[in-house]
Amino acid sequence: MNIQGENKSRNNLIGLLPLWIVMGVFMIGPLIVMAFVSIMESNSYGGIHLKFDLSGYRQILFDTNLFDEMEFNPAYLIIIGRSFLLAVAATIISLIIGFPVAYYISRQKDSVKNILIFLVTIPFWTNLLIRTFAWIIILGKDGVIENSFGFIGIIGDDDSLNLMYTNTAILIGLVYSYIPLMVLPIYSSMEKLDVRLIEAASDLYSTRINLIFKIILPLTLPGIIGGSILVFVPCLGAFIAPDLLGGGKKLLLGSLIQFQFAYARNWPFGAAIAMVLLALIVTILYLNARINRRHEQNA
Amino acid sequence: MLNLMFKRKKFSKVWDFPGFLTWTFFFFGFLYIPIVILVIYSFNSSKFAMIWTGFSFRWYEKLLTNDDMQQAALNSLYVAFVAAPCATAIATLTALVVVRGGSFKSKEFSNGLVTLPLMVPEIVTAVATLIFFAFIGINLGLINVMIAHTVFCIPFAYMPIKASLEAMDPTLEVAARDLYSDRNSTFRYITLPLLMPGILSGFMLAFVISIDDFIITLMVAGGGSTTLPVYIYSMIKMGVTPEVNAISTLMLAFSIILVTGYWVFSKKS
Amino acid sequence: MKISKTNAIEVQNVTKIYGSGESSVKALDNANLIIYDNEFFTLLGPSGCGKTTLLRLIAGFEDITNGRINLFNEELISLPPNKRPVNTVFQQYALFPHLNVFENVAFGLRRLDKNNDFVIKRSNEVLELVQMQDYALRRPNQLSGGQQQRIALARALAPEPKVLLLDEPLSALDLKLRQAMRVELKTLQKETGITFVFVTHDQEEALTMSDRIAVINQGSIQQIGNPEEIYEKPSNQFVANFIGEANLILGKCEKTGINGICKLQTGHKISINIPDKFNKDDNLTIFIRPERIKINKSKGSSLSQIQEFTYLGNAAHIELLSNGVSVNATLPIDKVKNFKKGDKIEIEFPKSFAQIINT
Ligand SMILES: Nc1ncnc2c1ncn2[C@@H]1O[C@H](COP(=O)(O)OP(=O)(O)O)[C@@H](O)[C@H]1O
Ligand SMILES: [Mg+2]
Repeated sequence: MNIQGENKSRNNLIGLLPLWIVMGVFMIGPLIVMAFVSIMESNSYGGIHLKFDLSGYRQILFDTNLFDEMEFNPAYLIIIGRSFLLAVAATIISLIIGFPVAYYISRQKDSVKNILIFLVTIPFWTNLLIRTFAWIIILGKDGVIENSFGFIGIIGDDDSLNLMYTNTAILIGLVYSYIPLMVLPIYSSMEKLDVRLIEAASDLYSTRINLIFKIILPLTLPGIIGGSILVFVPCLGAFIAPDLLGGGKKLLLGSLIQFQFAYARNWPFGAAIAMVLLALIVTILYLNARINRRHEQNA
Repeated sequence: MLNLMFKRKKFSKVWDFPGFLTWTFFFFGFLYIPIVILVIYSFNSSKFAMIWTGFSFRWYEKLLTNDDMQQAALNSLYVAFVAAPCATAIATLTALVVVRGGSFKSKEFSNGLVTLPLMVPEIVTAVATLIFFAFIGINLGLINVMIAHTVFCIPFAYMPIKASLEAMDPTLEVAARDLYSDRNSTFRYITLPLLMPGILSGFMLAFVISIDDFIITLMVAGGGSTTLPVYIYSMIKMGVTPEVNAISTLMLAFSIILVTGYWVFSKKS
Repeated sequence: MKISKTNAIEVQNVTKIYGSGESSVKALDNANLIIYDNEFFTLLGPSGCGKTTLLRLIAGFEDITNGRINLFNEELISLPPNKRPVNTVFQQYALFPHLNVFENVAFGLRRLDKNNDFVIKRSNEVLELVQMQDYALRRPNQLSGGQQQRIALARALAPEPKVLLLDEPLSALDLKLRQAMRVELKTLQKETGITFVFVTHDQEEALTMSDRIAVINQGSIQQIGNPEEIYEKPSNQFVANFIGEANLILGKCEKTGINGICKLQTGHKISINIPDKFNKDDNLTIFIRPERIKINKSKGSSLSQIQEFTYLGNAAHIELLSNGVSVNATLPIDKVKNFKKGDKIEIEFPKSFAQIINT
């Protein structure tokens, strides 16, 4: 509808103004200020001196030793690397666990399907902190696992399996946190899958394995990529899992950033790491968008 | 007997894979067993969170006398009851323009802007907002949290509203105009009632996201403006006590009942 | 007999262009027409020709690119749809799903701030008119397609519009219902005396229902006239082909005037009225309906041979080849009983039914 004399563009502007103001001031504004802070000199009381200084970024790679010389310090690079590896691992594990689940659900009749999908989404609606905390009860010292192992006599009363505060614990936490985000997009691309195609293919490819790798996997690739992005991005910046299950011993990017603001009070350094994280994410989203575009052009 | 269970019929469809059922079964176990354990242990009478000694409500009773916790819970509700309506209102306006506003220059930009909080890692949003408020000197306690939550909740409110607006037949609005409604009464009598389910879902999503939010609140909230998740976090950090289990169980129950209730309701209508 | 008529709608030099630049679409090109009061007027044309566009311009749902539209001598352009005393029956009905049948019908009256007693009285009246009074409390999704159609009609009629616009209202119904609704719509129009502007792409529908028809093609109006004029005297080849079946045969002018003579490519020499603007040896196109062609049994030297013989029950359709040109004829079954494929026959183009047609 395009009614004569009714000023659509003015109405559009009025409708969008609240969004632009709120997002501009309280979302983009903070990001700009953070970028600004990352190139300022730090103030040991938590804050900054208004003086240009790249030491926030320099600190990621170098330490200053007693003689005021710069020394290469890989500690933060290791954290970045570990974050990256754990995020990749969590994504792959989520995919391996989630794919058959999405497939199974998509092949049920509608009523069952709806209920199962709802069950997948429920955790998304519940508090992530609490869900992660539940794993402390399971993995912790004298937790559910150790207790039951002790009960059947595999380990002694005073022994501990030391399950907590390990990369494995963090990994479990990450997968547990974000796996619904893997299942849902794969499920929705499975939904669009033409069953007749599979039937036709089953004539051509005799084994089920072939069927999966030659037909189903390629056809649901958009969902797989979408799910992987949705899992990978929050894993890379995760704070809760490394903090609760890694116990601060195994810092990841997310917990490192939080640490700078909550305890170390080195704002420019914290802002600089946040910028690095943001840059990593933007790169990944950009690459994803490019791949998508190429896919669309091919199709 | 076994033979009967594995009758051919079960695998007769080529797209059924053996083992996927079991796999899915374990998946849901993985998803829900930790939650179930948490709930069970909240009824543990032992003072030590991990050792089961018997059934009791004592930790729930203890919550009743925990003023700090109650204050934190109230704060959470205050924040959610401000942030969710604000986010829903902004999201509704934006969706109306994006879906019904024809084609205009800033459409793609606006559509992207809404989802920005989903792209930026939450921890980055959190510290950026912290720096921002400190930098410009806004220190209004809970109001800071409300603002941050409003921003963060907008995309969650936006998605269902936009979807339901897209599913709505635009001819209905044209028909209303034809039948002597001006712009305002068309919105009031046609668009708004038809959009209501979408707006409600949007509001509910925003509300639950706000209640559950932890990271942003942790960074943005100053002392005295603690919300429930932040309070639970500090309890966990002080040591795991069964009281944490109890309050966690209540929070889980709150979200799950809200969402399930809504789901059942929307399936019916 | 001549009655003075009131102009209900005047469409003057109306052009409508959607979009701008390279992607723009010219949906209407300088359209002119007058619709009289109390008339059942039909806009007929193939899909995409601009019928809906014209209707939406009259209703006010689109802004006009050029030209003007008057309603009872009043310029419409500056009025939004809610200020125009016209109502629309939409193709997919567009009933409000959250309101019951009664509230759907009452919607327009309520927006016009009529008092409640009147709203109730009038709504019930219209529901009765479309025989839906028993369904007042149902929701639209509890009704069949035909019932929804009636409610859409009732809703548009309730505010007593001066003009009712109907955009292919019958196209979503099955054949039987469609035929029944044709009669009902026509009766309704006569009873209420409201001017109907009816859009369809179905020529049969147009011919059976309308007082007058405007045939549209690619955004321009091809011909305006009553059904008989449109059928018997199409103004050009598009109209001739679009409405019913037509033979269009090329020929050469041998003599102009009322008793002109034309030599057809079929080999026949026919007598026909050829206006004086043509000259001897001009190329002409002759139009004649298949059912107007006359046939006699062969005399051996006949020019035409039956290629295809299709039995239609009370009639037969015959495809002929005459001097390499194909000619179609439709004849009552008793006239063609003895014919079969391959027969040579004699055909005749009666002077009163053959005419010259513009390309
Ligand atoms: N909103 C629009 N934007 C662009 N082009 C349109 C729009 N509506 C109709 N058109 C185009 O205008 C032409 C006429 O359309 P329409 O009036 O709907 O035809 P009809 O009702 O006769 O089928 C078509 O080519 C159609 O594609
Ligand atoms: Mg149309």
